[in-house]
Amino acid sequence: MTKEEADNGRDDMVIDVPGQANAVPDGFNANYLRIYYGKLFPHADMFKWMSYGNDGKHPGCDKSYFGRREFSFTLENDIYIRFQSFNSVTELENSIKEKCPFKIDIGPVYSVDPAKRHAYAQSGDNVFTPVERELVFDIDISDYDDVRYCCTGADVCLECWPLMTIAIKVIDTSLRDDFGFNHILWVYSGRRGVHCWVCDGKARRLTNEQRAAIADYFHVYKGNENSQKKISLPGLVLHPFLARSYTEVLKGFFEAKLLPNQNLLASEERYEKILEMIPDASVASELRRRWQENKRASMSKDDINIVRWEQLKSILQSGKQKMQGLRRCVEEIVFSYTYPRLDMEVSRHMNHLLKAPFCVHPKTGRVCVPIDPNNCDEFDPTTVPTLSQLLEEQNRGGLRQDAENEWDRTSLGESVAFFRTSFLQPLLKSCKEEIENSYNAKLQQSKNDLSWFSFGVLIAAQ
Amino acid sequence: MEVVQSHRKSSSNNVIVSILPLYRSAPPLEVRLEDFEFFAIDRLRVLKGISDGLCRGKKPEEMEKLVLDLWKANMRHPQAVEEVNKDIISHFVLRLVYCRTEELRKWFLSMETTLFRHRFRRGSSEAQRALMSEFKLPYKAVSNAEFESLKDKLGQVARSMGQTLAAADAIFYKVPFEEVPDLVAGRRVFIHKGHAYVAINQVVSLVVTQFRSYLSKALILTNRKWTSTIREQEKDRLTPIVEALCTSYLGPDYSQQQEFGEISIKDIDQVAKTSFPLCMRHLFEKVKEDHHLKHGGRMQLGLFLKGVGLKLDDALAFWKAEFAPKVSAERFDKEYAYNIRHNYGREGKRTDYTPYSCQKIISVTPGIGDHHGCPYRHFSEENLRAALVRMGVSSRAVEDVMDKVHNRHYQLACTLTFEAVHGSSCDAGINHPNQYFIDSQRVLQSKNGSVA
Repeated sequence: MTKEEADNGRDDMVIDVPGQANAVPDGFNANYLRIYYGKLFPHADMFKWMSYGNDGKHPGCDKSYFGRREFSFTLENDIYIRFQSFNSVTELENSIKEKCPFKIDIGPVYSVDPAKRHAYAQSGDNVFTPVERELVFDIDISDYDDVRYCCTGADVCLECWPLMTIAIKVIDTSLRDDFGFNHILWVYSGRRGVHCWVCDGKARRLTNEQRAAIADYFHVYKGNENSQKKISLPGLVLHPFLARSYTEVLKGFFEAKLLPNQNLLASEERYEKILEMIPDASVASELRRRWQENKRASMSKDDINIVRWEQLKSILQSGKQKMQGLRRCVEEIVFSYTYPRLDMEVSRHMNHLLKAPFCVHPKTGRVCVPIDPNNCDEFDPTTVPTLSQLLEEQNRGGLRQDAENEWDRTSLGESVAFFRTSFLQPLLKSCKEEIENSYNAKLQQSKNDLSWFSFGVLIAAQ
Repeated sequence: MEVVQSHRKSSSNNVIVSILPLYRSAPPLEVRLEDFEFFAIDRLRVLKGISDGLCRGKKPEEMEKLVLDLWKANMRHPQAVEEVNKDIISHFVLRLVYCRTEELRKWFLSMETTLFRHRFRRGSSEAQRALMSEFKLPYKAVSNAEFESLKDKLGQVARSMGQTLAAADAIFYKVPFEEVPDLVAGRRVFIHKGHAYVAINQVVSLVVTQFRSYLSKALILTNRKWTSTIREQEKDRLTPIVEALCTSYLGPDYSQQQEFGEISIKDIDQVAKTSFPLCMRHLFEKVKEDHHLKHGGRMQLGLFLKGVGLKLDDALAFWKAEFAPKVSAERFDKEYAYNIRHNYGREGKRTDYTPYSCQKIISVTPGIGDHHGCPYRHFSEENLRAALVRMGVSSRAVEDVMDKVHNRHYQLACTLTFEAVHGSSCDAGINHPNQYFIDSQRVLQSKNGSVA
């Protein structure tokens, strides 16, 4: 398709539905994508991000940096091509527009341009190997199917989405306060989860071992369908990270939201799951007995879940409980329902590919937009712009001259603006400083070397 | 030669100098050939003692005491400089000895690391800090002010691991979290703004890991140098010493008479039942049964009896009498007596005619018709169990013994047998059949007030 055709595309593409002049039917297809990549996808911002300040303007810039980054494309018909690399924003943009990938993944920065990888060995001195990669996390709500009764599998609603919200809060706080990272991007995965990109220089240069250590630090929920007890919190007290997560996020959310919304104690089937987690059979039986008796009694106006939870807490936390395993039982229950369930494998290795922000999810048509961790309570996955919606908004956009970019005419504008001001600009500023400092340090070092050299020559000359 | 020296001030006015070398490079010292061997043997005693302690499952506090006792007994020298020299020389000699196979390297690495760990722990904090900087561990000690502000959190971390934050442990180091991935992964440290706060005992782990990693690489390099140049170059001088060292038995050789003086023929039957280890019991029973033993068995049992205190004349009479149904007196004198006399008439310090140690006995493989070697190694499970029962070992103890056998800890199996038969513990472990005999007699004497 030529540029003119693309520009006029909207007229050709729109199917006239009576009464809805600019309506674009829901859907996800190559034609829609073509317009999206042609007008809406923020190529230049992605390029700036991935360059990390190496734009060639400063002598300390590494001009090869962007070209050593791997991208992979999933094309229509599930054709998957890896080791795509580009040397400029134009190359990146043209390739995306031409190939129209259904999904774009971002991989690591390698020691050499991935296109030249075959010339290099797998080991020894001259190697093709990842050298930098963001620290990434992937949280998927389908991993929480055993604790949400409103949806299963790929579905998500406003009742269960808050599980993602609190996961963001716990992890984001820890990444900043504990690990000292600053440049963190949270992204909606388009359907049922969130991704996290930690982009500080320190993070990008972490080894696989260090990534695994961070993943293990966050690893508390250790379960699958087969294990009974998925959270074990031994020790007299909780590690400060766990304690903070519990008191600042998890406890409140569990008691005020999850417990009543998911009716975790309202029915026998559901409360049995919680009673199973109590290691003392006599305590469990006591509660069971009480709840079976009170099945039909509506004792108070309070939600039955909350009433029962109070009963459970008061027995377990009473001073009378001597049994070791009961000490942390209440926390263990809360953690097992609410603590973030990360996909460990995603975070451990530098060469793991992760979907790029601003892609469109093929199954839902929703755009993978950034999420503001400071306002994540407000994020609503059901109102994230879809591909067809954006195209429709674009049709209606008319001749807004003041809009610099196409996306400002659409709901996407807000997301791009957020991406720029909250993430990209501070990141680039920090990258520039890093490049400058590093460059100046090297200059100083060579000056020192030089001065010794000339000093040595002076001595020798005497 | 890198040496880290520091002073630990004690309450008395003595300044104790504690020195822990890192063995980074071979010392440019001249070493006498005999020191080459003897220093290595002394250090080997320490390492084998550590190995024994670990095998017996000693707890960390017990190991620490053991290590320091072993060091004091074998490596101490009144002059600190001499002690350091011996320390370094012996380490490098043993590197040559133990670099040669994967199994030897693994053993040596494990023992030297344990030795280093305990010596490091016992060093003063200045010595420790100096060593940490040698290892390029960029740790800054946390100031008192910062410690006070973080005390609660640090205490919380300690308690979350079931420990307490004792005042004595209140030394913390501040490290970029990337340097201590294991501690971060296990949530065993408090981290804040990218810094991990590492307790002193965790530091030990990190230092030891570095030590181990360095030594592991060094051993591979040493092996290369050994195979490519040293072994050939030194084939007349150092190589025979090196090759003999790792199989050497290090205890007493029982060639001289010990406390119990002589044993006469009439005593043998009795002591065989009560105080012989299984290997010798078996040989003894077989010679009684078959009226013969092949050469390996004659050597093993014969030298043992010599160590037990059987005089030459009695030895000759014993063998002659036992062989009598099959071998005439004349033939005995012609074919067997000479060897027995030879065993008793040894010269100098050659070890060939000293009673065999467990190590030596375990290493031989008996052929058809042979009864020597170590029964814990060579007997079938069925036969071994039967033999143990005949010795009076309880069925529960038999299981423990068999467990050691399955794990190929034959000497430990024999030790457990000793303990079961005598009802008393044998802390030192059995390393020599004559040691078994002497210990057994000692136990029986203290029980009965006389030699059995």
